[in-house]
Amino acid sequence: MVAARGLTKRFGDFVAVDGIDFEVAPGESFGLLGPNGAGKSTTMRMVGAVSARSGGDLTVLGLDPDDHGPRIRAQLGVVPQEDNLDGELTARGNLVTYGRYFGIPRSVCAQRATELLEFAQLSERADAKVDELSGGMKRRLTIARALVNEPRLLMLDEPTTGLDPQARHILWDRLFRLKEQGTTLVVTTHFMDEAEQLCERLVVVDHGQIMAEGSPAELIRRYSSREVAELRFGTDRNEAAARVLAEVGDRLEILPDRVLVYASDGEAILEQVAARGLRPTTSLVRRSSLEDVFLRLTGRSLIE
Amino acid sequence: MSTTTLPDGAAPEAPVRRLGAWYVAEYRLRAMKAYGWTIVVGGLGSPLLYLLGLGMGLATFIDTPVASGPHGPVDYVVFVAPALLVTAAISVATEEFTYVIMEGFRWRKLFWGVNATPVEPSQLAGGIVIAVLVRMLFTTVAYAVLALAFGALGHPWTVLVLPFVGILGGLAFGLPLMAYSAGLTEDKGQFAIVQRFIFTPMFLFSGTFYPLSTLPGWLHWIGWVSPLWHATQLGRVISYGESEPGWLIAVHVVVLVGLIVGGWLAVRRRFTRRLRA
Repeated sequence: MVAARGLTKRFGDFVAVDGIDFEVAPGESFGLLGPNGAGKSTTMRMVGAVSARSGGDLTVLGLDPDDHGPRIRAQLGVVPQEDNLDGELTARGNLVTYGRYFGIPRSVCAQRATELLEFAQLSERADAKVDELSGGMKRRLTIARALVNEPRLLMLDEPTTGLDPQARHILWDRLFRLKEQGTTLVVTTHFMDEAEQLCERLVVVDHGQIMAEGSPAELIRRYSSREVAELRFGTDRNEAAARVLAEVGDRLEILPDRVLVYASDGEAILEQVAARGLRPTTSLVRRSSLEDVFLRLTGRSLIE
Repeated sequence: MSTTTLPDGAAPEAPVRRLGAWYVAEYRLRAMKAYGWTIVVGGLGSPLLYLLGLGMGLATFIDTPVASGPHGPVDYVVFVAPALLVTAAISVATEEFTYVIMEGFRWRKLFWGVNATPVEPSQLAGGIVIAVLVRMLFTTVAYAVLALAFGALGHPWTVLVLPFVGILGGLAFGLPLMAYSAGLTEDKGQFAIVQRFIFTPMFLFSGTFYPLSTLPGWLHWIGWVSPLWHATQLGRVISYGESEPGWLIAVHVVVLVGLIVGGWLAVRRRFTRRLRA
């Protein structure tokens, strides 16, 4: 569906995307995980055929976006980072109007709008003005809008940023259904839980470059341990405690507010900590996540 | 999923290549329905007020004829009607080519939504212009018909031509303004400045209410750079046969067409640059 080789985007002297390679197979849900400013949205714009690349090769649906922009966009669904719905129109009106830009007859748009409102769980709000809808509803409507042309590839840029936990789960559920129906998804996110929920395979991006690639489970296996013990000793005592813990576990990360000890058995680590006479103010054992992968790869947190 | 509305083998973007601008125009015209009332009331009310107020009211105090055609002096209302009609078209342009553009790029980001579809930036810009043309046509036709009813046209048949002169003036002012708006990333009150320091002086000093020659020479340049003056003079030549040398008529046409073509090229360039960065 998508193939990028050495894909590069420069804005003047600034290199936003620095020679990245990736492929997306039909039916796959593929993610770009990275902090804000990593070049994810720029990559999405190039794949979406609205931004010309500065270098490298790119094919989308087998076509070069430089030559076949309209044909590619006719078969894509795009959910942008910021909603750009028409607040003056109703939910239904937004879907019908948008369908027209794809040259779909008004009657067909109307019929699809009804189906898509159902899918987005917005049937009851079909005739409400968009300005009156909640953030989560707007987001679902934007996804419904992106499906109005029955796209072969759905691209979502930070789909749940700014939503409350409940709204995020509803949205993930909808996207999961699309996945089950075989829709190909490309998702960018800076939330590791979102990447874990939605992506079968992902690339970790930082400073416009790909740091690692694989399924969430693979990445965790490769770059982290099975469990993590999170210890808090208080802001000015973390470093000192870490020196005592140097031999404990597979690896240590010292963050400003806590010390992370990576190991296959977290509970065992807590015992070793206690045996060394350290009394953390709080401690917790959890499974490794993509956050740990990112920390390992870049030395930084995803959300700063 | 596949695009099922098209016959096998047809390019999925084919209808949009031909009709993209019309889809945008269709959307804009529907959006105008939200303020359709203002369009109709403004479109009919402002000519009524101006033609009555200036033509019937002010004119009674004017003893010296300000203009004349081939058959002698003409009524004041006949003199001002073409200017008012062109002004109406330009007012539409100042509304539609400013806030609508800002809303599309920035406030509601509607243009970015369109940008993700097969519609190209130039088609988006074209569709907006088409919709504004429709609104201008409504406004100028209403003006011309009311002017006819008030006896403000030199020749009745000019009711069919003057609306298009108005549109020439409206676009000659509007397209460069649209290009300007498309380059703005923030609203710091620029549109209010355009209204106060460009539109209003232009309205007052473009030979609208009295011939440009009445003004001291050092103010004439305002007329020469003003699409309002050029379109108004054309309108006067057509309406009552204002005696204007042939070369000057040619200048009016060249300036108006030049502004329209130059403005449109700038609009296309700005839309494309901004949406396809």
